[in-house]
Order: sequence, then C-alpha cells, then structure tokens
Amino acid sequence: MTETSDAEATRPIRVLVGKPGLDGHDRGAKVVARALRDAGMEVIYTGLHQTPEEIVEAALQEDVDVVGLSILSGAHNTLVPRVLELLRQQGMEDVRVMVGGIVPEEDAAELRRLGVVAVFGPGTETEEIVRFTRSCARGA
Amino acid sequence: MAERRETLSGLEVKPVYRPQDAQVDHDRDLGEPGAYPYTRGIHPRMYRDRLWTMRQFAGFGTARETNERFHYLLRQGQTGLSTAFDMPTLMGYDSDDAHSLGEVGREGVAVDSLRDMERLFEGIPLGEVSTSMTINGPAIILFAMYLAVAERQGVSWSQVRGTLQADILKEYIAQKEWIFPPEPSMRLIVDMMEFATREVPQWNTISISGYHIREAGSTAVQELAFTLADGFAYVEAGMARGLEVDAFAPRLSFFFNAHIDFFEEIAKYRAARRIWSRRMREKYGAKNPRSWMMRFHTQTAGCSLTAQQPEVNIIRTAYEAMAGVLGGTQSLHTNSMDEVLSLPTEKAVTIALRTQQVLAHETGVADTVDPLAGSYFIEELTNRMEAAAEEYFRRIDELGGVLAGIENGFFQREIADAAYRYQLEVDRKERLIVGVNSFVEPDEEPIPTLRINPALEETQVKAVQAVRAERDQAAVDRALEAVRQAAASDTNLMPPILDAVRAYATEGEIVRTMRTVFGSYREAAVF
Repeated sequence: MTETSDAEATRPIRVLVGKPGLDGHDRGAKVVARALRDAGMEVIYTGLHQTPEEIVEAALQEDVDVVGLSILSGAHNTLVPRVLELLRQQGMEDVRVMVGGIVPEEDAAELRRLGVVAVFGPGTETEEIVRFTRSCARGA
Repeated sequence: MAERRETLSGLEVKPVYRPQDAQVDHDRDLGEPGAYPYTRGIHPRMYRDRLWTMRQFAGFGTARETNERFHYLLRQGQTGLSTAFDMPTLMGYDSDDAHSLGEVGREGVAVDSLRDMERLFEGIPLGEVSTSMTINGPAIILFAMYLAVAERQGVSWSQVRGTLQADILKEYIAQKEWIFPPEPSMRLIVDMMEFATREVPQWNTISISGYHIREAGSTAVQELAFTLADGFAYVEAGMARGLEVDAFAPRLSFFFNAHIDFFEEIAKYRAARRIWSRRMREKYGAKNPRSWMMRFHTQTAGCSLTAQQPEVNIIRTAYEAMAGVLGGTQSLHTNSMDEVLSLPTEKAVTIALRTQQVLAHETGVADTVDPLAGSYFIEELTNRMEAAAEEYFRRIDELGGVLAGIENGFFQREIADAAYRYQLEVDRKERLIVGVNSFVEPDEEPIPTLRINPALEETQVKAVQAVRAERDQAAVDRALEAVRQAAASDTNLMPPILDAVRAYATEGEIVRTMRTVFGSYREAAVF
C-alpha cells in the first residue's frame, strides 16, 4: 500500500447531500446531513433548487464518496437518472448514490436497477442511514 | 415511559391541573366570544351561525384534470376551492423551461398563461365560490390571472372572494420557494395589498402561514411566534407604504397547522387570537374590530402522517381536525391518508372530506363556542404559549426584525434544531409513532396511489408553445416593457401585470422581466 492510499483509508467519509429540482422540502435533507456529520462524516449540503449538473460538479469538486439526493417533488424519475448519467460522464462511477424522499416502490426498484444503492422513505431511522452510508462508502 | 411528560413543543405537562394553575382574568384574558381579545373565537356564536368552510387543497396535472377534481369536490359538498400549483408555477418557470423538466403537474396544477387559468375555472362561477390559491413568489401574477378570468366571466371584482397565500416571509424561513430577494418580494406584497384594498375589497390579500414552518420541523411555539412575527412585519410594511392600518388589516388572514398534540394545538389557536388582537389594538393602533380579529385556515399535519400503515393516518387526521375545530378555525383541510406517498386518490380525498362532515354533523363539537374554555389545563397552556411567543418576539426584535432574522439564519437554525431534536427522540423511542417505531407490521399491503401520467408534461409544454404562437406578440412585448418600467420605478405593479396576462404573456416571461430588475436570491443553507 502506498502512503496515499493509507491516508485515504483513514480520512473521514465525505458525503454530498443534494436537493435537485424545484421543491423546497429540506427538513429531511438537513436532518440526514446533520446525523451523518454527528456520526463523524464530512458533509457538504448543496442547498436548494440545484440542477443535476450543479450537483455533479459539486460532487467532483468536493471529491465525495457518497451522494445523497433528497427529492419530494415526484421528479425523481427524471432527475436521478440524469445525476447517474452525469457521474458516469465524469468517470465517477465509484461514487455511491442514495436517494431519500417520497419515492413509490416501483420507482425505487427502477432507480436501484439504474445503480442507486439505496432509497430511503419516510420513517427511516437516521441510524440506519448512517450505518448504510458507512458500509457502502467503505465498500467503495 | 419517562416520568416527565412534555407536549410536542417540549412544554412540561403535569399530571393534574388545579384552579391556581390557570391564572386568567375573564374580562382581560378571555372576554366574550366575538369580542376583544377574541381568545374564545371571533364570532359570538361560532359554528352555530356558520360552520367552518370545508376546503380541500387540490391540484395536479393540467388545468383540465384539476378542473374535473374541483367539480367533483363541489358535488361532494365542499364549500370552497383551494388550488395547489405545481413546482414550476410556484417557482416562476414556464412548463417548457429547462428547470421544469420532470416537475410539470406533479405536485399541483401547471399554469403558464391566462389560457390555463380560464380552463382551470371553467364552469365555476367566480362570483359564487371563494378560492384560495397557494401561491407565493409569483402571487401577483396568478392573482392578476384570476381577476382576468373573473372579467371574462363578467363577474365584478367587488364580488370576487378568495385568498392568496402570498406569504413570502415564511418561504425564506421554511418552505423555501422564493423567486426574488426579500425586499422586492415585500414590495410586491404591499402592491397587491394596496391594489386589493381599492379594487377587490372581499379578497384576503395574505394568508400568513405557520403551516409550512411547522412542516419544516418547528415546534408549536415556534410556529405561533414566527407566524405572528411575520404578520406584524406585513402590518408594518403596509403602514410604511402609508396605508391606514384599518384599511388593510381586516383582509389579513392566517393559516395554521393542526398537529397531533391535541391540547397544545388548541391552546396555540387561542393564544394566537389573543396575541394578535392585543398587538393590533395596542401597538398598531387599529380601531376597527375586524383588524383585531384573527381569522384562520387550518390544515392537518402532513408531517405527522406515516408511510407505514397509511390507513392509520385517517385516525391521526381526525384527531387533528378536531383540535382545529375546538380551536375555532374558519376553514379546514383534512389530509388524505395517502398524502405521504403521493397526491391523493379520489377515494382518499373523499374519506378526508367525510372526516370533516362527521365532525360537523355527528360529534356535537360544533354546538357550543370554545367548549374547553375554563379548563385549568387549557387556560394554563394558552398562557404559557403566549408567554413563550412573547419571548421569541423579544429575541426577533433584538435581531433587528424578521428580515434581519432571515438574513442571519436565525429562523432556519431554530427550525432545523427542533426538527433534529424531534428525529432523535423518535429514533430513541422517546416518542412512539405507531407503525414506525412501535406496533410495526412486517408485511404491509400497499394501498393504491395516484399516478400522474408523465405524458401530461408534454401536453402542457405543447399548450404553452401554442399560446405563444397564437397571441399578438407586439402587444405582449409592449406589456412586458410596461412591467419592467413599473418594476424599476415605485408605481404599483398590479395594473401592468394585469395588462400582460390579458395579452397572454406567460408567467415565466413576466417573472424573467421582473428578475432583470429585482435579481434573484440564494440562501446560505444551515443544517
């Protein structure tokens, strides 16, 4: 192992929490961002009303391990595939993408098929999201 | 269970309340129903004279789908309309804008031009119904469209009744759907108030909203305090324009959440009325009793509903609705059991409306005014809510007022802290939520949900492009230039915006025109 990868192995997990689309429901995004931060991760929150392009650009700049997308507007079928596509174009296939919000189960299944690692719905415990984020980032 | 019990807002609740707990001077603190300080309600006989308005919020797809839902709800006995607009409409983008991709008609109805508004209210006589419109950033444009539809129906503006939400302060604080920076947004609101006071006297110009503050995670105390602080800020803005307080204050109305903590909610409404009337009379010098009266709409708490065992949401909603009625609401929306999953199905929305009808006609809660008055606990809790709100007013004043509090992130931080605290309590099972962290059913049957046909987006995109192709473009250009000039000066924007919508300028075009003068806004997000 080189020195660089040692350093990388011990650096905190970096997570970008993004709000793509137009909806302003940021309660969940902020609660999750804070729970991840309290669990020792480095969390960047994009703020509201971001385009997929802006989110992927931020993920690239911030060199994150995980992107969490919060969507409650019903536009997930359009916005999430676009983020996945842009990540691929940037050669960032190793970045894990999670989704939270109001996503009907059949849509969630399709998003997982496209490469999303998890879809968290209402009522999910923050501890579960923390555990999952840790395991998927480590597995990366 | 912990020995210490608290309301949802964290106020301690004792096992027993006694007369000495409830320090109330009847004449000073309660008064007669329908009389200052209106703690017991704004009408002497409340629901004995007139039931609350059953007003279900509705909107999805294109104007055609929503118009059908409106007609359905009116046939089912609903007594007022309440319009939900889609995200692009709320944010000032036309349906064919790149920002609108995937969002058209999903969370509400898509409205781009007067053509959509005409279709939305087709067959609905605007002189006979009252319509509430949940629209904030671009409220001035949608208001102009509504008035233009009334003109085309031959209905005089003096007959038009309804409410604009138009509460931009709570957008910066909680709901986060803004278009322009705070100062020009406040100017648009005062322009509407000034115009409506003169031209549309039965219109409620602002519905000052705590609902979204609560949904964003605030406590009941914060909802109460921040909403009233916003209300005072609008009063001050109107007076700063030179309007007589009694000329516009009677048309201000409020919108509160009805969350699951039953008594706390009832105390919240009672405290709200008392605080408002005292301030309006004592601080702002209002002389018209209508300026002292807080009228409000209530919606049950979407954020109290669970995706797990969704049928149980019917029960939560029923308790919440009862709190709203015992608190003296003027109108009510009951959430449908499936709203945590999608927009409601017709079946779900019918049950929600029936919930109100049962409350009104079977339970007897509407038979006497403020039936909980004199309860040691309710009076004590009303006093405590009022005192806690006053404490927040002091802090907001120290910060330099509501706009200063928004700019430095005070409200946003307070709400985020409360939301996080609540989530931790749920995660630790200090608060039990049926179906979520207790009484969980491992294998639940999913319930049917409403799916919005994705093809509607394309239909709407084609429709707005057709409007642009058919209209008199030179007239539109002239009208937009007049909007720009008015925005850059201090003349009232309502008349030029009315001309622009009559010429079928689209919402997005009018917003873009105003943005060249007003700029846009981005918040420093705190979490």
